[in-house]
Amino acid sequence: MALRKIDHEAVEARLSALDLPQGPSWAAAARRDALERVRAGGLPQRRDEYWRFTRPDSLIQPEPTPAQVLREEGSEIFSGIDRLRIVFRDGVFDPEASDDLAAEGVAIERVAQSGDIHWARDLYGKLEVRGQEPVSRPLAALNTAFATDGLLIRATGKVRRPVALVYLHEQEQSDAILHHVVKVEEGAELTLLETGPAAARFNTVTEVEVADRATFHHVRAQGRDHERRAVTHVFARLGGECVFKCFTLTANGMMTRNEAVIELAGDDAVAHVAGAAVGDGDFHHDDTVFVTHEGRNCESRQVFKKVLRNGATGVFQGKILVRQSAQKTDGYQISQSLLLDGDSQFLAKPELEIYADDVQCSHGSTSGAIDEDAMFYLRSRGVEQSDAQDLLTLAFLAEAIDEIDDRMIAEDLVTQLERWLSRRRR
Amino acid sequence: MLDIKNLHVKLEEEDKRILKGVDLHVDAGKVHAIMGPNGSGKSTLAYVLSGRDGYEITEGAVALDGEDVLDMEPEERAAAGLFLAFQYPIEIPGVGNMTFLRTALNAQRKARGEAEVSAGEFLKLIREKAKTLQIDPEMLKRPVNVGFSGGEKKRNEILQMAVLEPRMCVLDETDSGLDVDAMKLVADGVNALRDAGRSFLVITHYQRLLNHIQPDVVHIMADGRIVKTGGPELALEVENNGYADILAEVA
Repeated sequence: MALRKIDHEAVEARLSALDLPQGPSWAAAARRDALERVRAGGLPQRRDEYWRFTRPDSLIQPEPTPAQVLREEGSEIFSGIDRLRIVFRDGVFDPEASDDLAAEGVAIERVAQSGDIHWARDLYGKLEVRGQEPVSRPLAALNTAFATDGLLIRATGKVRRPVALVYLHEQEQSDAILHHVVKVEEGAELTLLETGPAAARFNTVTEVEVADRATFHHVRAQGRDHERRAVTHVFARLGGECVFKCFTLTANGMMTRNEAVIELAGDDAVAHVAGAAVGDGDFHHDDTVFVTHEGRNCESRQVFKKVLRNGATGVFQGKILVRQSAQKTDGYQISQSLLLDGDSQFLAKPELEIYADDVQCSHGSTSGAIDEDAMFYLRSRGVEQSDAQDLLTLAFLAEAIDEIDDRMIAEDLVTQLERWLSRRRR
Repeated sequence: MLDIKNLHVKLEEEDKRILKGVDLHVDAGKVHAIMGPNGSGKSTLAYVLSGRDGYEITEGAVALDGEDVLDMEPEERAAAGLFLAFQYPIEIPGVGNMTFLRTALNAQRKARGEAEVSAGEFLKLIREKAKTLQIDPEMLKRPVNVGFSGGEKKRNEILQMAVLEPRMCVLDETDSGLDVDAMKLVADGVNALRDAGRSFLVITHYQRLLNHIQPDVVHIMADGRIVKTGGPELALEVENNGYADILAEVA
């Protein structure tokens, strides 16, 4: 179907602001294919089924809206954790600030500087394409075509130190597009950490292949710069008996759209996707998750919590699709919001689509205010009202944060969250 | 210590008067008991003292060592040394008991201009207090009151009291829902805190608790007023004859 004129113009306007990167050669075909798909399919529109609650305008306009740079005080998140640190400034790799990419059990290369023949050729843009059905994700295709850099991470053993990507935001009008490919080989283990606001506008795609009996932990903390905008996609394909866990903490940001597209291809695999978000004022946060069960006896969990105030908006669109082959599936999905005032809103769209007959799937969604009895109880013990509210906010988010296996990482995030909450009050 | 003068209270949302002129004076170091039939206003008095929303004070005053209590926020009352042991302690999922207690203690200390207690010091303090109240260390790790039995909840209230060391303790039907052994444990906890500088206001339906916590003064409350005041023997009279006789006598 040909695009309407107005949509065609929107695509061309966006594309005119971008240059198709020259390299690497192994990615050229994937980039061309992605560009064709964007041209043919257009960019997200408000009328699209999965963009009804989130305005795509700021994510698709040719130039990003400037975003003020916030100077964070205190130490960087995860600084207490022994990690391999890789720094991007407004989407540009900074070799000076980054650790040596050589590490035991893992090969890390940059997309922009990878050799001619590359393993990532079989994954780059490939998982993204698979994730375009049945719901199209044009901003991910745009990313595949135009990503200027990214990391190609291949874990072959148990990688002791987490690989930590640090995204610094320093220019008010930066527009960053990064594309990462992660391959966790059979029996290997890898933890990927991502932190920071990244850019005024950030588009990132992470394609992850988790082989049989492999483990992949992914923990993200999307920074606090209030005016930043981000659209992220995680496309994962899971083998048998493997573990995939992805957690995202979001604080502030005028627009965040986090999509996770998970395919449980093998049997007996586990996939958990979770998120905690805290938003104030002009905050729009959207989690869109699509989990497909193909293999037998797999478990999937989606746990999303949002705390909203001063007119903030939270969106959750979560789907569990259980194909006929996926008997003994255990699917769970919960999305909850804590509305700290009457101005904020939470829009949830949970979906189950099940074709197998021997499965367990449950989902729930709630919106509520702070528990006044708990509030009074805390205050009657001497805790100030604002501290009591923070404590109850953290308690509300705890169930999502508990999805992180590594206690040190989880505690680091909680500490950061406490700092963010207490600073917001000042 | 505590001075309640001609206190009149109605419900905020409806035109229902609950306290109709309560007068009460508690000296430092004394234990006062308030007894009375259901609906006499005992729990309302406890809530009003602690600063709970939903009540409107239409007349009267409450002072703690001369300081006006009714003007204070609940957390200010706590920092000033007022403590309410809840009849129905609140469950707070996601907040650990230890975190809760330490946050509360340090908030009060901060409000009073005292140094905060370190994690190490606090751990020592809490372990010692928990042991005397026979509180399982596991209970300290669990979220506040979540999954606690009735007895555990009440012991947890007393533990909070022991840690926060308030000077004016209000116990709202702390005996309700307790078996004899649990009641004894709770009473021992309270008795251990009795001190020349600390006063108690013990609200109860039954005389039973007062066998374990010996009051200095007993008040009978009915229809929003203190209708009779006496010594410990008054509690025994209630136990033997019920409230009807006393109410008939003062009517």
